[in-house]
Amino acid sequence: MNTAFYIASAVAIAASIMVVSRKNAFSALLYMIISLLSVALIFYLLGAAFIAALEIIIYAGAIMVLFVFVVMMLNLGEESVEQEKEWMKGGTWIGPTILCLILAGETVFILAGSEMHNTISQEIPPARVGLALFGPYVIAVELAGLLLTAGIIGAYHLGKRKKIIHHRYLKGGRT
Amino acid sequence: MIEIPVEHGLMIAAVLFLIGLAGALIRRNFVYILLSIEIMLNAAGFAFVLAGARWLQPEGQVMFIFILTMAAAEVSIGLALILRIYHKFKSLDSDKADKIKG
Repeated sequence: MNTAFYIASAVAIAASIMVVSRKNAFSALLYMIISLLSVALIFYLLGAAFIAALEIIIYAGAIMVLFVFVVMMLNLGEESVEQEKEWMKGGTWIGPTILCLILAGETVFILAGSEMHNTISQEIPPARVGLALFGPYVIAVELAGLLLTAGIIGAYHLGKRKKIIHHRYLKGGRT
Repeated sequence: MIEIPVEHGLMIAAVLFLIGLAGALIRRNFVYILLSIEIMLNAAGFAFVLAGARWLQPEGQVMFIFILTMAAAEVSIGLALILRIYHKFKSLDSDKADKIKG
């Protein structure tokens, strides 16, 4: 089972690298789904089966479908791939990549050098999660509800198109 | 289930986060920037779940649920903004949208 963890992590990292380096938005989205599924597998192996299910249902299901809809609405075709190639050409990506590689190397070096703490994962049942969620963290749950309400109102407000009424006398007048 | 050093999990979370950060820095297309932010949020949630598994406490999973909620709200607003910007500028270039006023 330990090998499964490392294989899933390698898949997640490889898929994430593909997400940030693809030029076609759709293939990036599909790689993102692979990355999320492998992270869900890691969660399952860590004993968080409920969180793994949530990851698949909400992240890979709902949020990615939202992305797919928007990419379809934007009608990104061949010219957007050309545009991406144009943007990536100048070598502007080298600087941030090197800096992030340095940071990643440093983090891995420090963590590899420190004393290892073996953890034996054990299933934490969803009942305990629910009890914690609606016990000590109930205020945070209400705040999350408030955040979602704000999200709905904001998305509605931003998505609303201004109606243009072409009146016979007031051409192009807005109401 | 599995027995791994918790440091290995933290390394993976850090690497995933830095991939997302690099993506958010190097891409100019709004869709990719939002996707990179999703990778970063996912990596942060992974670190939380890992810590919860390490100490056998449900708090890590609770925090992941909050991160999930936040990501959902953030994505809906972000995608609505992307559609709005696309209609206004006819482009997804983040450099073109630096004059957001008006």
